[in-house]
Amino acid sequence: MDRPLEVGTQDIRAAAVAPILQPGPMFWPLALFLSLVVLAGAVAMFQQLMFGLGVTGLNNEVSWGFYITDMVFFIGLSYGGAVTSAMLRLTNAPWRAPLVRLAEATALVTLLIGSLFPIIDLGRPDRMMNLLLHGQVGSPVLWDVVAVNTYMVATVIFLFLPLIPDMAFCRDHLGPAAGRLRKLLFDRLSLGWRGTPGEKNILERNMTLVAIVIIPLAVSVHSVLAWLFGMTVRPGWNSTIYAPYFVVGALFSGVAAVIIIVAAFRKAYHLEAFITEQHFKYLANMLLALGMGYGYFLFAEVLTEGYKMEGMSMGEGSGPLLEELMLGRYAPLFWGFVAGGLAIPLALVSLPPTRNVSGIVAASCLIVVAMWLKRFLIVVPSMATPMMPIGWGAYWPSRVEVAITLAAVAAVPLLLMLFFRIFPILSIYEMEEIAEHEESEQEPAPEAAGVAAW
Amino acid sequence: MAISRRDLLKGLSGVAGLLLAGAVGVSRFPLSVTRGQTSHKNADRQWGMVVDLRRCDGCKECTGACQVTHYLTNDQEWIKVYEVETENGGTVFMPRPCMQCEEAPCLKVCPVRATFKNEQGVILIDQELCIGCRICMAACPYNARYFNWWDPPKPPGPFDNPMPEFPVPQQRGTVGKCVLCVHYTDKGRLPACVEACRMDAIYIADLTTGVMTNRSGETYQLQQYLQENDAFRYKEELNTSPRVWYVYGHGQSLDRKTKG
Repeated sequence: MDRPLEVGTQDIRAAAVAPILQPGPMFWPLALFLSLVVLAGAVAMFQQLMFGLGVTGLNNEVSWGFYITDMVFFIGLSYGGAVTSAMLRLTNAPWRAPLVRLAEATALVTLLIGSLFPIIDLGRPDRMMNLLLHGQVGSPVLWDVVAVNTYMVATVIFLFLPLIPDMAFCRDHLGPAAGRLRKLLFDRLSLGWRGTPGEKNILERNMTLVAIVIIPLAVSVHSVLAWLFGMTVRPGWNSTIYAPYFVVGALFSGVAAVIIIVAAFRKAYHLEAFITEQHFKYLANMLLALGMGYGYFLFAEVLTEGYKMEGMSMGEGSGPLLEELMLGRYAPLFWGFVAGGLAIPLALVSLPPTRNVSGIVAASCLIVVAMWLKRFLIVVPSMATPMMPIGWGAYWPSRVEVAITLAAVAAVPLLLMLFFRIFPILSIYEMEEIAEHEESEQEPAPEAAGVAAW
Repeated sequence: MAISRRDLLKGLSGVAGLLLAGAVGVSRFPLSVTRGQTSHKNADRQWGMVVDLRRCDGCKECTGACQVTHYLTNDQEWIKVYEVETENGGTVFMPRPCMQCEEAPCLKVCPVRATFKNEQGVILIDQELCIGCRICMAACPYNARYFNWWDPPKPPGPFDNPMPEFPVPQQRGTVGKCVLCVHYTDKGRLPACVEACRMDAIYIADLTTGVMTNRSGETYQLQQYLQENDAFRYKEELNTSPRVWYVYGHGQSLDRKTKG
């Protein structure tokens, strides 16, 4: 087994805080570019607030489009970070240590962005508080509000707990170069941490507790997102497998997103000594398992709908929808997803010649794009399927919707770059704890053997 | 300051408690509510509709009258006339108002109780509450709901107090739909579409007294008429119990139209 932690403690600490003080020459140009993309989205958003949702391509037949697609997509991405980090902690996989901070930060950032989209999609965002003042518990929209907010709190706590000792390290070891504002933040967020065995014990227990809690929370979030669709009688959405289907899809895209983010920051901040090719191979194994799971769900869905072709003679129903997806106007997108989201990336991560960092990252990029496409294929064709004896609904996104979507995409790396100007990019505490733990056990522990089998 | 486990757990459970309290506070059961004035003389009516497709010639004057009454734009067809192809190659015109489902899917999914059922069984929208999430449009099996994508046209005159019963003018960013003209029926007037139907194809029905009538005053016993004419409800199988019945056919009664 590759040993990712054969580096000195000093190196870990230096590498973890390096981006805070020396982000490199490309930081500001890149941040500026991403900010401009976000700004363009903000202008589009302003236009939408001024003139109403008429500026989108939505209409009375297809009344949900890009924004709902984006909501499912970004909240799905947030899943990968939180759940992989939590699962790896609970299964005691020591290789997780250099990845968890990146994974958890990705989870928080994508969740923050994803949770904006249901608000962007509202006709009257100014009345958002009606959800609390007049909320009706029977509405799937309200389930979403409760689940997403609860999950967000858990994600913040999950990210924050291992940050406490790291903040204490920054407080004690980063000189005046860190600046006053950071110093204040380090002071406050370290909560007076001194690193006594008692404190460590409390921290460890609570981290495990949150790791246990966050998994069912994350499952609930994506289940209720699925039920937003599943509670209607529309063809395609009228499905009983939607909740687990969405959960697996979210994990699949989320792990791919973590791989891309880890690869990008590893390259930009030279973390190759800590995050090795072996880490990517472990993550690729998760990707492979989840991808096969998602493919299985897709197959089960298509087979059971396609065997019956319900409503085929009437032109409305799940039969005509399936025909449009596989042979009709959505066929390029559908087969594009099957090839680009499942077949090609799964081949890339499993075949030896491409089972390396660049192959795995390429597969992850394909998966993330294809999973956005898949969410579009979930939302729009079901909306366009005629519910009344009239033709198919039409939808083409407007420039406003495209600009806002691109802004959200740009906001992910931008917010992460800014995040790591304040917080250590590696979890110093967890890396050192695991390194100590491994040193104290000279013989390979049974759990380490288990990890090697991954 | 050292954080004790107790403090940390306290904090965590505090957050969880807050969320739970929020969820409970938010959830004011039951799922559906009935609103509306009780003192009204028509409070005991239960409105529905019967559409005789044998008479409908697809002139769409019902749609036009509705749009004039409610100051709607052309794409807002609260009663929309569909041209349905039949198995033997013919066509049937089918006007579709809101079906006023007794088990309305739109009512169940509304997160802010903007959609409600009034005492006469009519599904109405409080456009002061609507947040424009459009899940009701996704849930409606009849495409009977319309979103105000742009600022609606400003009606002339004193329409500055929109009510769920007479939602004029419409509000941008909210959903609108057929209200069965309850502001007319409350005054003993027929709904605009019924009044406009020159073919006498649209009847308003009261389920309490079991009587239906149209523009020309043709009045029938509801149950008897439905039975004798093999009336059906569209998408009956969905179990939404719509309150609009159709009598199937095309043009059969054009030649031998009888009145009274």
